[in-house]
This record gives sequence, structure tokens and C-alpha cells, in this order.
Amino acid sequence: MTVPTDQPMEVQAAILTFVEARTRTSWDPGADIFATGGLSSLFAMELVVHLEKTFGISIGGADMRLENFRTVDSMVGLVTRLGGNVSA
Amino acid sequence: MKTEPIAVLGAGVMGVGITTLLAGHGLPVRLVDNDPVKLAQAPGRIRRELRMAQLMGVLPPGREEGEVSLHGDLSAVRGARVVIEAITENADLKTAVLADVSALVPPATPLVSNTSSIPIDELADAVRHPADLIGTHFMNPPALIGTTEVIRGVRTGEATLEAVRGLLREVGRRPVVVRDAPGFVTSRLLHPMINDAARVVQEGTASAEDVDALMQGCLGHPTGPLRTADLIGIDNLVDSLWVLLKRTGDEGCRPCDLLLQKVADGHHGRKTGQGFYEYEESTR
Ligand SMILES: NC(=O)c1ccc[n+]([C@@H]2O[C@H](COP(=O)([O-])OP(=O)(O)OC[C@H]3O[C@@H](n4cnc5c(N)ncnc54)[C@H](O)[C@@H]3O)[C@@H](O)[C@H]2O)c1
Repeated sequence: MTVPTDQPMEVQAAILTFVEARTRTSWDPGADIFATGGLSSLFAMELVVHLEKTFGISIGGADMRLENFRTVDSMVGLVTRLGGNVSA
Repeated sequence: MKTEPIAVLGAGVMGVGITTLLAGHGLPVRLVDNDPVKLAQAPGRIRRELRMAQLMGVLPPGREEGEVSLHGDLSAVRGARVVIEAITENADLKTAVLADVSALVPPATPLVSNTSSIPIDELADAVRHPADLIGTHFMNPPALIGTTEVIRGVRTGEATLEAVRGLLREVGRRPVVVRDAPGFVTSRLLHPMINDAARVVQEGTASAEDVDALMQGCLGHPTGPLRTADLIGIDNLVDSLWVLLKRTGDEGCRPCDLLLQKVADGHHGRKTGQGFYEYEESTR
């Protein structure tokens, strides 16, 4: 999949679709998806790998923090900051 | 002494997880497995678990990772500071490996078994110096679980216990020391409970998702028993239940048909991509 990261709304829609499919829940882009419990470190790791593959970015160092994956918006922020229009 | 590597035997779910914990705290590890496929997969799995530990903020910041080397032969235990055995849950396999190891290391080298259920004193018959043998029951994933059950066999020496306490302190785990018995505390309680949870699904009372949702939402279980089964590995869970049944006679430990079916189908949980749930390749 190729998703241009200079279009945050499309990035947001792509991430939201993935998160909603995996959690079978609909989410507000600003909601903390880990706060209500039940979502694990494994799911967090799945998000990391998914973002890397989908947007062709590599997440490492100080960016590997749960804070960056807590909300759809924080993920959009991370992807936008790290991304070019790369495909994977 | 402190810089000598720690030998970890078995590069399965737990061997990889324990290696992650040790290396993530800067300790060098020699990882040993007799299955070349498992050895070949290990570096990728360790890398993934290290990333997950980093993501969850559980590794000491700024510490250089310990070096991990891979070995197909038990002779790699020579010169190790501590040997941690995490091979398949089978008493015959474990006694054979522990006997070989105890012939390769000098006395007073702590030999640590990560068995889920086999009494430590039963394994102690196989080693040259039973005082050197002790149990630790790291759980999956070890880097994310802060407490470690430590099992002191009747013949376990004080020096061995102190060495293991010291090692656990180095890697930031809190030990809880218990007496030896089949399944100790955690497996004695958890394994029959998971077996019952699977039986509830087998009987059609509720789906796996609903059993886990109720155990999480009403009873405060962190992941739910069936997601836990997938994380443990259903093959290992069944092996462990047989060990418990044989040594306690408790029929609640007889693996239910649904668990046996999943093992027969190769649906061993997260490590095979399918168990009670399905798992993405990338996060196995
Ligand atoms: N999976 C868990 O959540 C969990 C938790 C606590 C304790 N344990 C215990 O830890 C131990 C390992 O469990 P696991 O889940 O990692 O099992 P696993 O099946 O994932 O891995 C076992 C590994 O041991 C290797 N092995 C078998 N015989 C060997 C030998 N003679 N020499 C070298 N390597 C050998 C196998 O090739 C395999 O890679 C078991 O005793 C288990 O009961 C497991």
C-alpha cells in the first residue's frame, strides 16, 4: 500500500481504518486507545510494524515510546514527522 | 565474574524472552538450541522483543545491549556464569540436558530451570550437585513482567538462592521465593484455570472473546485466560497440564478436548499465528 504522508487527513483515515478493524471498535482520533484497558503491548507493537510498512518509515530511538501510539492523532503526528511519500 | 556470559538453553518462546530481558539489561548471553530452525529465527525474535520492551519503556535507558551469540551445542555452557534451562516441558528431556550441563560446568555454577510445573527436586536427581539447581519461573514476556516466582528445592543451596536473587536484581525483577511442589504457585493456579476457560468455550457457553472480556472486565485478569493460553503456547500449556495431572492426580488438570484439538491442528497460539485468536505475522 502507498499512502502519501503529506496528506494528514488520508493518513488519519488509513490509521483509523486499521485501528478500528483490529479493535472492532470505533474511535475518536483523539481518544486514548490504550486507556480503557484490554489492549496490550502486543497490539502496540502491531501498530509500530503496521505504520512502518504502510508509510515506509522506520521508527526507532526516542520515537519508540507508547505515547506516540496512544491516539490516532499522535500516530498521524509521528508519521507526518517521519515520512516522505514512501511506499513499502 | 560479572561479565561472564549467561547460557540460556532453548531458543523457543521463553529462551528468546529471557535472552531479551538479559541482553536488554546489558548482560551477554549464549543462546543454545539443538534445532537449527529455532536458532535461525532467534535473532529476529529477540530484536522484535527488544523493540517491544523499548516501546513499553521497561529497559534501563542508555544502557548498551548485551551481546547475544547462538550455539547449536551444549558445550557453549562452559565458562558461563549461570545456566538457565528453558527447553521443552518434558521431564526426560530436561533431566538429560541438565545431567550433561552439570558435567560441563564447575560446581557452584547456578543451574536454573524455567520449568512451569516439574518439581525442582525431581530434576535435581539428574545433576552432580543438587545444591546448585533452582527454579525460576519467568513468564512471557519476561521483560514486561516485573515479578518472578523462584522455586527453592529441598536440596537447593543458600548460595544458589543468593546468586539468583542477585541476578534478578540486576535485571530489575522482584523475586517471590516459594517451596517446591508440582506447578509451584502460579502454574498450579493458572493452568487448571485456563483449562476450565477452554472447557467453557468447548461446551458452547461463550466464545473465547467473551470469556476473556468477562475475566478482564469483571475479574481484573490483565489479558484474559485464552489470550494468555495463546501467549504461553498451547502445546506447552498441554505439556504442563500433563505434568500436573500426573503429579497431583487433580482431574482439573487433564487437558480438555479443545486444547488437545488445537495442538493436533498445529494451532499453538501466537507463535504459530493461530490459537484461540489469529496473529499477524509481523508481531509473532
Ligand atoms: N511459554 C510460556 O509462557 C512459559 C512460561 C513459563 C515457563 N515456561 C517453561 O519454559 C520452558 C520452555 O517453554 P517454551 O514455551 O519456550 O517452549 P518452546 O517449545 O517454545 O521452546 C522450547 C525450545 O527448546 C528446544 N529444545 C528442546 N530440546 C532441546 C535440547 N535437548 N537442547 C537444546 N534445545 C532444546 C526446542 O528446540 C525449542 O526451541 C518450558 O519448561 C516451559 O514449561 C513457559
